[in-house]
Amino acid sequence: MSLDLKFTYTEKKDTRSGFGDGFLEAGRRNPNVVGLCADLIGSLKMGDFQKEFPDRFFQTGIAEANMIGLAAGMTLGGKIPFAGTFANFATGRVYDQIRQSVAYSDKNVKICASHAGLTLGEDGATHQILEDLGMMKMLPHMTVINPCDYNQTKAATLAIAEYEGPVYLRFGRPSWPIFTPADQKFEIGKAWKMIDGKDVTIFATGHLVWEAVVAEAMLRQEGIHAEVINIHTIKPLDQEAILESVKKTGCAVSAEEHQINGGLGDSIAQTLIRHNPAPLEYVGVNDSFGESGTPTQLLEKYGLNAENIVKAAKRALARK
Amino acid sequence: MEKQSIEQLQNICTQLRRDVLRMVHAVQSGHPGAPLGCAEFFVALYFDQLHHNPDFKMNGSGEDLFFLSNGHLSAGWYSVLARSGYFPVEELKTFRKLNSRLQGHPATHEHLPGIRIASGSLGQGLSVALGAAQAKKLNQDDKLVYILMGDGELQEGQVWEAAMYAAHYGVDNLIATVDYNGQQIDGPTTKVMDLKNLKAKWEAFGWEVIETKNGNDLKSVIEGLELAKSLTGKGKPVMNLLYTEMGYGVDFMVGTHKWHGSPPNDEQLAKALGQLEETLGDY
Repeated sequence: MSLDLKFTYTEKKDTRSGFGDGFLEAGRRNPNVVGLCADLIGSLKMGDFQKEFPDRFFQTGIAEANMIGLAAGMTLGGKIPFAGTFANFATGRVYDQIRQSVAYSDKNVKICASHAGLTLGEDGATHQILEDLGMMKMLPHMTVINPCDYNQTKAATLAIAEYEGPVYLRFGRPSWPIFTPADQKFEIGKAWKMIDGKDVTIFATGHLVWEAVVAEAMLRQEGIHAEVINIHTIKPLDQEAILESVKKTGCAVSAEEHQINGGLGDSIAQTLIRHNPAPLEYVGVNDSFGESGTPTQLLEKYGLNAENIVKAAKRALARK
Repeated sequence: MEKQSIEQLQNICTQLRRDVLRMVHAVQSGHPGAPLGCAEFFVALYFDQLHHNPDFKMNGSGEDLFFLSNGHLSAGWYSVLARSGYFPVEELKTFRKLNSRLQGHPATHEHLPGIRIASGSLGQGLSVALGAAQAKKLNQDDKLVYILMGDGELQEGQVWEAAMYAAHYGVDNLIATVDYNGQQIDGPTTKVMDLKNLKAKWEAFGWEVIETKNGNDLKSVIEGLELAKSLTGKGKPVMNLLYTEMGYGVDFMVGTHKWHGSPPNDEQLAKALGQLEETLGDY
């Protein structure tokens, strides 16, 4: 049976390309935008910027700690550095550098992290970081953004160039449906209600927003009307939008390509517990590392696809 | 700032040492040894070498910049900043106390004039200084970037990432100084983790290296910094290995790691201050 999807797509693309194209555009708009990358220029899609603005781009070699420090220092001359590498090396490897030289020092550095989560695929668990959102959201001053598709990633990249302050921008490698509009306005910290519903709210971030859109159509076939909210900004969290939706629906599901511990779901749980206790079911990785496989296989095996969101929604509903 | 005589500068060094000892004594915490050993460097830099403006602007455009990577020398840095007009000398008495701008380790969070980056977690400063130096080049700002690191700090791997980068990009508007006192908190560097031939290491990484053999002699320190400056703009980053003695200026503190992170008690303070004449007035 075909699904009646509220959002559809004609093209798939990787979110990292949205970053790369947004980064180039940001560079054209503002001469203070500069780039740094630790030997992954091709993977991060930073090559077009490097080609057009060679003097404003710094290959750092395989030395991420130095890259973060360099970026912090460049802000002192009014530069807006975009420092790119894989999400694992952009967070866990350099946590103390980000903490001291960027977050605590309140520097206008944009940490741009590709290949996040399971959907990096075949490279396996060494590279599939599932803890980065947690680490980054714990840092005071840090803004944490995890867009859902090519268009939203491009819009987010342009938005963070204009925002003053440290930002962690997370995106990924797999080819993914482009289902949000090209001309969208990206408002940092403002959740986007994509689909209205009354029975259960699905709060999704990153690649799993698409899975949530699919899940909504599957639930609707069974007479369950889910509200889908795109939480592209994990921090600051749009608590108002979360509370308003759950007030109406009475239960919720969080969906993220991240550990359940410390992820978006935990931020939502904190919000609900303090203001409106309601059943919340988590869709995320349950305290384990990933492994090699295709993105689709991995999302299925680790319980992160639309079917799992549907199951979680039913569990939440049953607890109402 | 008007150039001062060596004698005047020496008086500032003595006062800086008094400030450091009184500051760490007052809160019974902090690191007196290394700032005592770097008094001449701090004073030579701020009162003789730097083109800087105590009317502090974070971006430091058109000024020389200084970064303290070994942030535990904060007491010495705060003293020289206050004494050169960045903030009231009286504020030194708030060092390490609640609600102070003078945090245990330097921070930008409380907006203390003169500080551009937090430091204390070691090994990060050279990277930051290089970024600032490259931003100056992009901005066609011909002023220099200075940075001080500890010798023990060179055990951090990030320093060598930065060392490699600096030479690769020919960041020649940067003068790095290593406080080469041979001591770290657990003991002499030769015992904790031997640095072996530092000069050869930096040279092998592609730096122009000079040695200032007497880092506790003001004239030598100034000459060293002048020489370092003359070597900038020639395609290589410049390293100044500054041989100092930890705890210099107080006979029972000099040359040992024992005062790296320990404050003097009342009696020890009195004895130490007896060896350092009050020159500019205590805070």
